[in-house]
Amino acid sequence: MDKGMTLRNLRITRDGQPLVGLDRAIAAGEVLTVMGPSGVGKSTLLAAITGTLGPAFKCSGEIWLDGHEISNAAPHERRVGILFQDDLLFPHLSVAENLAFGLRPGGSRTQRRAQIDAALSEIDLDGFADRDPATLSGGQKARVALMRMLLSEPCALLLDEAFSGLDAALREQMRTLVFERAKARSLPVLMVTHDTEDAAAAGGDVIRLG
Amino acid sequence: MTKGLPLRALPALTLLAMLGPVAAGLWGTVLPAFGHFPVAGQSGPSLDPIRHLLDWPGLGKAIWLSVFTGVTATVVSLGLVVLITAGWWGTRTFRALERILSPLLSVPHAAAAFGLAFLIAPSGWFARIASPVLTGWDRPPDWLIVNDPWGLSLVAGLVAKEVPFLLLMTLAALGQSDGTRGLRVAQALGYGRLTGWVKCVFPRVYAQIRLPVFVVLAFGMSVVDVAVILGPSTPPPLSVQILRWMNDPDLSQRLTAAAGALLQLALVLGTLGVWILAERAIGAAGRRWTARGGRGRFETGLRWIGFVTGGASAIAVLAGLSGLVVWSFAGFWAFPDALPGGFGLRNWNRHWPGITDAFTDTAVVALVSAGLALALVIGCLEAETRSGRTLTRRGLWLLYLPLLVPQTAFLPGLQTLLLSLGADRGLGPVIAAHLVFVLPYVFLSLGDPWRAWDQRNARVAASLGATPAAVLWRVRLPMLLRPILTAVAVGVAVSVGQYLPTLLIGGGRVATLTTEAVALASGGDRRAIGVYAVAQTAAALLPFAAALAIPALMWRNRRGLHG
Repeated sequence: MDKGMTLRNLRITRDGQPLVGLDRAIAAGEVLTVMGPSGVGKSTLLAAITGTLGPAFKCSGEIWLDGHEISNAAPHERRVGILFQDDLLFPHLSVAENLAFGLRPGGSRTQRRAQIDAALSEIDLDGFADRDPATLSGGQKARVALMRMLLSEPCALLLDEAFSGLDAALREQMRTLVFERAKARSLPVLMVTHDTEDAAAAGGDVIRLG
Repeated sequence: MTKGLPLRALPALTLLAMLGPVAAGLWGTVLPAFGHFPVAGQSGPSLDPIRHLLDWPGLGKAIWLSVFTGVTATVVSLGLVVLITAGWWGTRTFRALERILSPLLSVPHAAAAFGLAFLIAPSGWFARIASPVLTGWDRPPDWLIVNDPWGLSLVAGLVAKEVPFLLLMTLAALGQSDGTRGLRVAQALGYGRLTGWVKCVFPRVYAQIRLPVFVVLAFGMSVVDVAVILGPSTPPPLSVQILRWMNDPDLSQRLTAAAGALLQLALVLGTLGVWILAERAIGAAGRRWTARGGRGRFETGLRWIGFVTGGASAIAVLAGLSGLVVWSFAGFWAFPDALPGGFGLRNWNRHWPGITDAFTDTAVVALVSAGLALALVIGCLEAETRSGRTLTRRGLWLLYLPLLVPQTAFLPGLQTLLLSLGADRGLGPVIAAHLVFVLPYVFLSLGDPWRAWDQRNARVAASLGATPAAVLWRVRLPMLLRPILTAVAVGVAVSVGQYLPTLLIGGGRVATLTTEAVALASGGDRRAIGVYAVAQTAAALLPFAAALAIPALMWRNRRGLHG
């Protein structure tokens, strides 16, 4: 089975007008950065991969992930994780419940609880299980969001300006954490950003749009 | 709701629940209006019912009353809302006005009307407070204030209730029309606040509150309960006369009622047409006025007129409600005394069995219709989300249609139809009739917060492996708990306040707090009216309290959900 993500002649149109396209393979553990000014369709590209394009958009071409074609799969069956600029932790769930939402089903209650506790300690948040996400700092929230996504065992990772909301010191820290975890799990990563530092930190190829 | 097909069928089902009874009712009106009514042994077609209608000596006056009270109430309410918003929007005073006006939205029309009647009647609270020191009266003067022949107290009662409604609609429209920056630009160009708002923000706002204004006009022209309480009686407005014909023991009078219902429909449609023409004329005049570039005159005076009148209308309703509470606990209360000689639970004890019976019917009808409406509306909105198609302008008109067709035009026909089908029994038909009016309000209440919800939450949940159904049940609905409960409370308040659908479709056998209260109007037993009107108001307001309390309790440890 060939690991990684392949976008084969992916073309997106809006109301019939060509908008953005990409024809690339991203190997397992590789980071591909897409840069460009706002409005050029970077986020739309990610929406095409997660399967959540709006009705005005049409997309052609193929998306392959770990040897399966997912171009026509439902969004929840694609196993593509995504992080946005905002943490988007669900405000009605506690920190542990947010993680449990991500954790793949299976295992007993105690087993699942143990997995979540281990995940919390992996991101230095021991004892935060029952906390209200709204009471966490920006960096803590970002770490929970990352861990929630990793617990869902995605086969690829998309970053939509994921570090833009953090201040400089946190940003550095978060970048290291995300890229480390992605590499450790051999995930192909597609990052869109407008920040050259993000691109430099990723270390992989950079594609400029627009 | 997880399967695609039933979900896709929900918008059609909702339209059917909303417009089916309206269409059936209009059909059931046309037949007897032209003399076809087998239940009473009549078969048409004939023009006799229309002839009977035209022979009724009060017809001209009744038509005049319907048009005059409806149009005046709409013009005054809209004018007041414009004065208040244009003069004060964005100020602390405006927030204070908004805060006392918005809860009045959910006060049932009948209770507000009774409260006003108790306040302004010759033996009402105002006269009692002013007597005998200011007026010299030691008995109530023989003046016809309530039920005055011009329908002015009816207009006042309608205005007091429609100002909060239009104000709320205006605020919602302002949120979507970038009014703040528009006003700032106008002010920077040297326009006064009021003139700048009217010239620059009002046109965008009016385009969005147009349908609610039409609703106010149609409602004001055809209202029954407020007209029974505050309106003239010899002759009454057309809508009340239609109800009298419907209630006549002589079944053949229903043919006259049907002809009257058709006339009512024509009146409302005709007036709406004239209103639309007036919109154009006023729009053109407004353009010329704007082009002249005047920066505004009489600003201060107009602002204060808006403030005082708006405040007075809110205070009138609140004082009226307090008056109802006082009467419900009153013992002996001689005329010029400002307060009763004693308070007690006697009135409540006497009416308690009646109240509990009526409350049960009220609650069952309100909760079932609001629950059904909520399920249908969530289904429609979720279908909208999944298909990515939003409500079109035409869809919005359909949503408002049940509120634009006067109740008196189609409910008599619906009752006649149910009667001939033998299906005029039990709570079911009443619930279905309430649903017609509850659905649009629940939809309007939940639609905006639903669409404002950050769709990226759904994308994140889906990327974590959540199915569309899981996104709905585990993420979206819990996060929208507060607006959902508010929508249910709106639905309950609308249902609690319904008079004509309950009375006609229930065939007099379904007694709610509203029908019982309005039935007491002619008797003049103020203690009984006080008890029923207070119970009616409580039934409409309690769900709003619950809609505030339940999310606060459930999410007490979730700061992110306390907007």
